[in-house]
Amino acid sequence: MSENGTPTLELVGINKSFGAVHVLHDIDFAVYPGQVSALVGDNGAGKSTLIKCIAGIHPTDSGRVLFDGRPVNIGSPRDAAALGIEIVYQDLALADNLDIAQNMFLGRERKKGIVLDEASMEQAARETLAKLSVRTVKSVRQQVASLSGGQRQTVAIAKAVLWESKVVILDEPTAALGVAQTRQVLDLVRRLAETGHGVVLISHNMNDVFEVADRITALYLGRVAADVKRSDVTHSQVVELITTGRSGDLGLAPSTAAESI
Amino acid sequence: MSTETPEPNVVEPARDAAKSAGPTLADADFSADTREQTVSTSINNYVVKLRSGDLGALPAILGLVVLIALFWALRPETFLSKGNIANLMVQALPVTILAMGLVFILLLGEIDLSAGVASGACAAVMAKLLVDAGQNWVVAVLAAAVTGVVIGAVIGALVAIVRIPSFVVTLALFLGLQGIALKLIGEGGTVPVHDKVIYALANKYMPVWLGWTLALVCALGYAAIQLLRWQRQNAKGLSRRPLALILVQVALVAIALLGGAYVLNLNRARTPLAPFFGGVPWGVPLVAVLLIICTFVLSRTPYGRHVYAVGGNAEAARRAGINVTSIRMSVFMIGSVLAAISGIVAASRLNSVTPDAGAGNTLLYAVGAAVIGGTSLFGGKGKARDAILGGLVISIIDNGLGLLGAKAYANYLITGGFLLLAASIDALARRRRSATGR
Repeated sequence: MSENGTPTLELVGINKSFGAVHVLHDIDFAVYPGQVSALVGDNGAGKSTLIKCIAGIHPTDSGRVLFDGRPVNIGSPRDAAALGIEIVYQDLALADNLDIAQNMFLGRERKKGIVLDEASMEQAARETLAKLSVRTVKSVRQQVASLSGGQRQTVAIAKAVLWESKVVILDEPTAALGVAQTRQVLDLVRRLAETGHGVVLISHNMNDVFEVADRITALYLGRVAADVKRSDVTHSQVVELITTGRSGDLGLAPSTAAESI
Repeated sequence: MSTETPEPNVVEPARDAAKSAGPTLADADFSADTREQTVSTSINNYVVKLRSGDLGALPAILGLVVLIALFWALRPETFLSKGNIANLMVQALPVTILAMGLVFILLLGEIDLSAGVASGACAAVMAKLLVDAGQNWVVAVLAAAVTGVVIGAVIGALVAIVRIPSFVVTLALFLGLQGIALKLIGEGGTVPVHDKVIYALANKYMPVWLGWTLALVCALGYAAIQLLRWQRQNAKGLSRRPLALILVQVALVAIALLGGAYVLNLNRARTPLAPFFGGVPWGVPLVAVLLIICTFVLSRTPYGRHVYAVGGNAEAARRAGINVTSIRMSVFMIGSVLAAISGIVAASRLNSVTPDAGAGNTLLYAVGAAVIGGTSLFGGKGKARDAILGGLVISIIDNGLGLLGAKAYANYLITGGFLLLAASIDALARRRRSATGR
């Protein structure tokens, strides 16, 4: 992988099996600061498993994880959070009955003694949203239940950014959104990269991927079929990589691609 | 709420605008945060809130007004007499305390059907220690509280760790705890409670000066907390309500507190020659302390925030690193400890503990009180003060029907109907909330 600078997060030769099923084969994957890496693949290609390995939910069987060039061991979601890896899940992890600021600090509330420090949390929440140029919420004291789908996704992403995170992983962030809301979220994804975050975008939507991604990594049956710059491939090539594991001279060797898991 | 600003169709200019304008562009927004809301926008917001199904304390307050007017009209001599008002307060104490514990459990969308009989069993433990073992009241009360903790821990473990639905666990304990109370006290038995301190809770009254001082301290403390918070929010440019509304709210609370103290401090002696008889029942400051503690815990501490989060979206709470299991266990423990306190106050009121203490309609009254007060049966919504408002409503119904000489069957029918009405309002308001996205 030739790329400028050290990757923030680098996975080398990751393998993972569930019992007899070998789900991930020698996965190499890198996330660079200031770049959006799209992770694409069909259902069952191993995207979710890979993310869960990064998040510390599943232990890996073999392979190395490097963070800022240092080898690290991510054994639990807390380890991942401590390194600065934040994951925004598809089914938004927000509590409807709490307001935006309360949701953004959920589980990591700022305290003054034993009392919640509401003032500093409210200010920090507003600053973070302002930094991401989120212009569509009137008040950070609005209940999340009253927000639109795009706004909710925005809050979920802002929540990830609040924690000085270095890598933000977005799982299908536009899956349930309308056109205008998808627009908002994609702009936000770009801004995340512009503010120096390494962004991983998991998506089925090729339009989204081609619009915001700098790199595209295609998974096929648990293997990395291709890891390319967006500018080097076309729409149809990526679709071919996803569906057959190869496209022209890109992708897996025919024998590997044909091999079933 | 108009939230969608039209987004430009072209991508690049939008990005550039975001880059060049940076935070300053966004500073133009959060308009509702940085400026103080005006009274009229606040009232508008409140109407929108009501219309979208977030009723808050409104049903309980309306219920109080209607019921007081009704019973006053029907029994003008007795219902609002000085003696009956004091009686009403004492009557409301156990149900209010029990309901306050249930608020924690209902906030998670769970239920504790055994809370009533748990209060009876804890009271039985206390009474046995006082009478048979001749223990000091402190020991007896602590033992009752520990019994509550143990009961709550058992329920909590079965619900949170084994994952049995709380309604089944507590239905089983509803029977089991009655058995324990029966075993402790003996069939057909009664344990009289004569300890001075315990007896005083529901049967003795504070000196007039102390009652006034307490009401005044509470009113001033409430005003100070509200005004200081507003001032801090104002200084830091945080989201805040208009000062005028806060002043109105402070004034209403002060009137309620001082008015209550005035009425309860009137001389209730039946003949002019009898010595002075009046004052605030000692149980009232107990409830006030519990209210302050519960409100503080729920609204000011991370623990309280986590309770709301688990009630709103347990999965989100789990992903945020909150220990959902221990939160689930803890609410049942809090509920049962408050049930124990409620049982002690009930024992004080009746001067005795019987094997069926806390059985019958005790639990129904408490659940009704919490729900009428505004706590949702679906979890995630409720406050400690709901127990006070709802407890008053329930006690007024009970007391008023008593004064009317209503038959027992009518009493059951009317109270049951009221609970159903409150639950219907809760369910309809919830539907409305999800329909309007609140």
